[in-house]
Amino acid sequence: MEDVIPLLEIEDLSVEVEERQVLFSVNLAIGAGETHVLLGPNGSGKTTLLNTIMGLPAYRVTSGRILFGGTDITPMPIDERAKLGIGMAFQRPPAVRGVKLRQLIHVAGDGGGMEERLSGLVRNLDLDRLMDRDVNMGFSGGETKRSEMAQLLAQAPAITLFDEPESGVDLDNIAVVGEAMNALLKPGTVAERKGAGLIVTHTGHILEYVNADVGHVLLNGKLACQGNPLDLLEEIGRSGYQKCVECALCDQ
Amino acid sequence: MRSVTRDQEIRELAEGARDVRAGLGPDVDLTRFAEAIEQGRVDSMDDLERQLKEAALRVGIDASGHGRSGSYVQVDRSAVYEAVQTSYEDRIEVMSVGHALELYDGLPEHWWRLVSPGKDKYTAYAALHETEGYFMRVRAGERIEDPIQSCLLTSENNVNQNVHNIVIVEDGAEAHIITGCTIHPDVEEGIHVGISEFYIGKGAKLTFTMIHNWSQRFDVRPRSAISVAEDGVFVNNYIMLEPVKSLQTFPVAHLEGARSRAIFNSIIYGLEDSRIDLGSDTILEGEGSRSEAVTRAISADRSTIHSRGRLTARSDTAKAHLDCRGILFSDEAVQYAVPELVSDGAPRAELSHEAAISPIAEDEIHYIMARGVPKDEAISMITRGFVDIDIPGLPEPLRRSIDEAISATAAEAL
Ligand SMILES: Nc1ncnc2c1ncn2[C@@H]1O[C@H](COP(=O)(O)OP(=O)(O)OP(=O)(O)O)[C@@H](O)[C@H]1O
Ligand SMILES: [Mg+2]
Repeated sequence: MEDVIPLLEIEDLSVEVEERQVLFSVNLAIGAGETHVLLGPNGSGKTTLLNTIMGLPAYRVTSGRILFGGTDITPMPIDERAKLGIGMAFQRPPAVRGVKLRQLIHVAGDGGGMEERLSGLVRNLDLDRLMDRDVNMGFSGGETKRSEMAQLLAQAPAITLFDEPESGVDLDNIAVVGEAMNALLKPGTVAERKGAGLIVTHTGHILEYVNADVGHVLLNGKLACQGNPLDLLEEIGRSGYQKCVECALCDQ
Repeated sequence: MRSVTRDQEIRELAEGARDVRAGLGPDVDLTRFAEAIEQGRVDSMDDLERQLKEAALRVGIDASGHGRSGSYVQVDRSAVYEAVQTSYEDRIEVMSVGHALELYDGLPEHWWRLVSPGKDKYTAYAALHETEGYFMRVRAGERIEDPIQSCLLTSENNVNQNVHNIVIVEDGAEAHIITGCTIHPDVEEGIHVGISEFYIGKGAKLTFTMIHNWSQRFDVRPRSAISVAEDGVFVNNYIMLEPVKSLQTFPVAHLEGARSRAIFNSIIYGLEDSRIDLGSDTILEGEGSRSEAVTRAISADRSTIHSRGRLTARSDTAKAHLDCRGILFSDEAVQYAVPELVSDGAPRAELSHEAAISPIAEDEIHYIMARGVPKDEAISMITRGFVDIDIPGLPEPLRRSIDEAISATAAEAL
């Protein structure tokens, strides 16, 4: 009997932002080493779900709970969740004046030897010119995403939440970002075990680089269906979200 | 020989200003303080009384003199130590200003030429109770790699330490001066009045770093002015991280020469009941002159900070910028950011300012926390970053103590 408890379990989660309900009774379970994809139109609540899992205080849980490795983390502050093994690549991370990317990578890795362990990966991320700049300050779209990847590689979370990792990134850079994601998700590079992931994507381009097990569609704050991620993307591409959730592909 | 008529002139100007209050900052009753007393000379900085020496270390002074081209130490009214490293002997002069006045006939071109003794009661006091200060000259064309250091110490309670410093950087020369001003831990009350006149020659560059470390009942009134010739550069770094009763200073930089530049960097930290009124006043006269003033002010406890900056353009091709940012960590603190831009008959000059007083953004704190950093550490990282303005040549121990001081209050403020 191994891994009967999912790594991340979201039970009946409802969330309010600025007094407005955005998520409605969401249920989702991600097992250790599994990679899930979260699809859904703009404003459907994808970022809200990820931010709530990370524990950002603007996202108020009005019902339900979030379990990580069987522990209820719903009341836990952000840093403790990160320490437990939850990491997030932000969709639009804030610029922090005066804090260098190098410092953030250093603290993310808990001061550890990320340099040796992952020097090759970091070299591919081509961060030399960014390391001593204020983090995200004037970074281009691709630079922002690469900087997020470097921080996560240092942090080596058990589950990583990727919020649109490929948005604003050109094709060459998607390959680089994809390689970093694979390092986080596959066993052996960042950790011995396979990492888990939850990837938000609109285009699915990133799935040309990263294998995903399950896809979910979020519509108006509700998880509408789940299925094979590539099939779902194809269906959405063909007939739009509304049709997609009505189709027979999903196990409703 | 000092000129009798010139001395008379200085005295008359001072007499006229005896009771003239400064335009800024709280008024200090100077009659409460005695004149500073004489102190004996020491053979080396190591011979300074232990607590004085420790105080000096905290303001960036290296007691061994290693890595310093020259040193000057004053205790109360007396120059107790001066030295120039052998390899710098023909390149710089470091001595007490009293000695320089004797040696150079009263320094007729430099003594009270940029700061007027008639400015206010503090300059008047310094002129009428002349004591000491340092004289530093960097010879033309000399590049002095190791900083020159000076330390002005007050060891007696209830005295007025007034010093008058003259710094001359001759044409094409380059140097860094580190000045630490502080007091013996037993000193409770007192006042420091510092007159400083800086002459930056053509193509010369001076980086002047001043670290102040006072106490809750000590008043401080520096009066400084700088003149910068063609292609000259003056960089002023000012750091104050400890409480003070009141400090008011508004140094004036005259950018006279074409393409002359002045850069003011200040890090000020308002603690306890400190009343701090600090800024810089740059007058851009030279063609193509440039200036930048960057201030980072942190207010804690019940402190009041006025963070000022004034840029006056008199040349059409002048360009200057002020950057004042502040954070309040206490709801009993008050902070004023007072940028002032003056274009005086210079329609094409470009003057700008950014002033902001705002808290640390929550989303930045959360972002750093998402990397596993506790909230208090995330706040202190951001606060340290806030004051981490690029200060060239800052000694490492000093950089560390800035870090420590800032982290401590930032964490406390939670
Ligand atoms: N911090 C916030 N403050 C106010 N409203 C918010 C906040 N975060 C999310 N919302 C609102 O919640 C709703 C869902 O937003 P969310 O960012 O979760 O959507 P999304 O699915 O990630 O969309 P996109 O694909 O455009 O990124 C939107 O109406 C959004 O305006
Ligand atoms: Mg989003």
